Amino acid sequence: MTVATIASHQVRAGRTTELGLLVLALALGVGAYALVGLGTADAVPTNWLGYAIGLTVLSLALHGVLRWRAPYADPVILPLAVGLNGIGLAMIYRIDLAEETGFSVRQLTWTALSMVLAAAVLVWLRDHRTLRRYTYVAMLAGLVLLVLPLLPFIGATINGARIWVRVGGVGLQPAEFGKIALAVFFAGYLVSNRDTLALAGPKLLGLQLPRARDLGPILLVWLVSLGVLVLERDLGTSLLFFGMFVAMLYLATERVSWVVIGLALFAGGAAAAASTFGHVAARFDVWLHALDDEVYARSPGGSGQLVQGLWGMASGGLFGTGWGEGRPDLVPYAESDFIVASLGEELGLTGLMAVLACYLVLVQRGLRTAIGVRDGFGKLLAGGLSFVIAVQCFVVVGGVTRLIPLTGLTTPFLAYGGSSLVANWVVVALLLRISDEARRPAPAVRTVTPGGGTPTGGPGTGTPAHGTPVVTGTPVGPGVGRAGGDGDDDQPTEVVRGVPR
Amino acid sequence: MSELTVALLRLGYLALLWLLVLAAIGVLRRDLYGTRIVQRGLPGRGRREAPRGAAATAGAAGGTGAAPEPRAEARPERRSGRSSGPSRLVVTEGPLRGTTMPLSTSSVLVGRSPSCTLVLDDDYSSSRHARIFPQDGGWWVEDLGSTNGTFVDEQRVVEPVPLPTGTPVRVGQSIIELQR
Repeated sequence: MTVATIASHQVRAGRTTELGLLVLALALGVGAYALVGLGTADAVPTNWLGYAIGLTVLSLALHGVLRWRAPYADPVILPLAVGLNGIGLAMIYRIDLAEETGFSVRQLTWTALSMVLAAAVLVWLRDHRTLRRYTYVAMLAGLVLLVLPLLPFIGATINGARIWVRVGGVGLQPAEFGKIALAVFFAGYLVSNRDTLALAGPKLLGLQLPRARDLGPILLVWLVSLGVLVLERDLGTSLLFFGMFVAMLYLATERVSWVVIGLALFAGGAAAAASTFGHVAARFDVWLHALDDEVYARSPGGSGQLVQGLWGMASGGLFGTGWGEGRPDLVPYAESDFIVASLGEELGLTGLMAVLACYLVLVQRGLRTAIGVRDGFGKLLAGGLSFVIAVQCFVVVGGVTRLIPLTGLTTPFLAYGGSSLVANWVVVALLLRISDEARRPAPAVRTVTPGGGTPTGGPGTGTPAHGTPVVTGTPVGPGVGRAGGDGDDDQPTEVVRGVPR
Repeated sequence: MSELTVALLRLGYLALLWLLVLAAIGVLRRDLYGTRIVQRGLPGRGRREAPRGAAATAGAAGGTGAAPEPRAEARPERRSGRSSGPSRLVVTEGPLRGTTMPLSTSSVLVGRSPSCTLVLDDDYSSSRHARIFPQDGGWWVEDLGSTNGTFVDEQRVVEPVPLPTGTPVRVGQSIIELQR
């Protein structure tokens, strides 16, 4: 038997690492912008320098805000968000050049606005636990934002989905902001009620079933999601909300039964919707029989867009055509819904895999933050927000690559759309805030030992410095250092379990 | 632009993209795990008081033929003046298996209460369960009125008993022992 010894890991603040990664990410965004010009017109775009300076200043400003207000925030999140946003901007600009539209200028404005808003969130929100006070306000806000598009005058139907609100000439998708509000509500609600949801109830076939009255909230959320699906005809958003709730329920209770119940409700809802509503049935038809002539030629609701996206990615091959060398503009909505197919065509499988890996790392950092943070509310919020990013990627990329039926969700950071961009930058700001809390060294070590204490330097007494060798001789007692660290009511004493042997 | 330049720019961009991904993974590899697991029993590794650099040198020395054993013997002598005294407390069974604590000259309180020196995450132990303390040049163990008792060699401890190095002590579901 080999006995393993646990030594606490020394967290590095990582701001310098972040700066290095940020330079790489900026090089990607700005380089792509230049390459688009070179590929289409053999010249660097005239506004390239201004664009480069603008993006750099904004990113460095955000980096500065992190140094100032969240010095222990995760060093990987910001560069990945900047990189993805830059790649998205370049692709939208590229589609603009081909179709002579003006999306990229508006997307640039939205990018600037989003990054300023993210900085504002980081400056004003000093502790994510403040949000827990607004649990039910967040619920109300989330529901109002969901219902807003249904109201007369300000609601608008675009492309068959009534998910838009027009205010002063600017179109917004309130559901994008609603997802943040509802994530706050779910986290606050579940952290208070998880024990009844997890422990009470009968056991059936090894599944711990919840009590009937505890089913209330999940049924309510299910009904709201169905309402969104029926009244706003938006498959993606309803899927996103329901998925987020089930995932957070599972995170809070560790009960597989909730996942089973959630999947059963989802399957039932989807089957009912597919047999009742024409537009949902058409989506299934397009997914299953995309290459049939009859389905391809049908208009509207044919599979033409999907199949052309597939051909686009096929012509991209392994290494892509290169920025500005392909024809991604042949696919309708190449700058928003099908931006993944556009990237697949111009960057190839290699590039698309790298983009997906960026998302993977981003989501992993979010989930790691959820594991690391010490309060239950933060855990659920970080877990829920990361899951939202993950499920959006899965639904969009799965839809475009014909793994699942196509639904109308936006690709985070890449796709054209102001609401989505702003909402995702706020999500990133929240994740950064929580990760700062998660990675910050535990405040003070309290070792009360009657009869003369053992001098124990628990995890994270001194400020870890770069290049300091990790002293494995640090006495380790999980719980020795952490016990009674923070005074929040639901912060369990951290203990190390299950040492690998 | 020539074909070659176009191809180079295209592939160079992809390389840059992967560079970002790999750099990000390189950063997160460092703190993927919250704790560092140090394997004991490997020559030159896991000498508790040695910083990492010293441990590496010890490993290198072991690799070049110098036996690590004498170093290990010499260590407690140099530190505490006792020739055969235990230097640490190790949890060998239970939820905290693998946890070690260096011993000093003061006593060690074991239990579930956060004020204990060794905090056990063990439902079967009492909040202040047992005390291990040095006396007359040796270590002793004493039960502090725990519900489930403290056992040395399957014998329930009713009054302080001497605790030789390497003797397992059962506290709840956990077994701890002193090691050299």
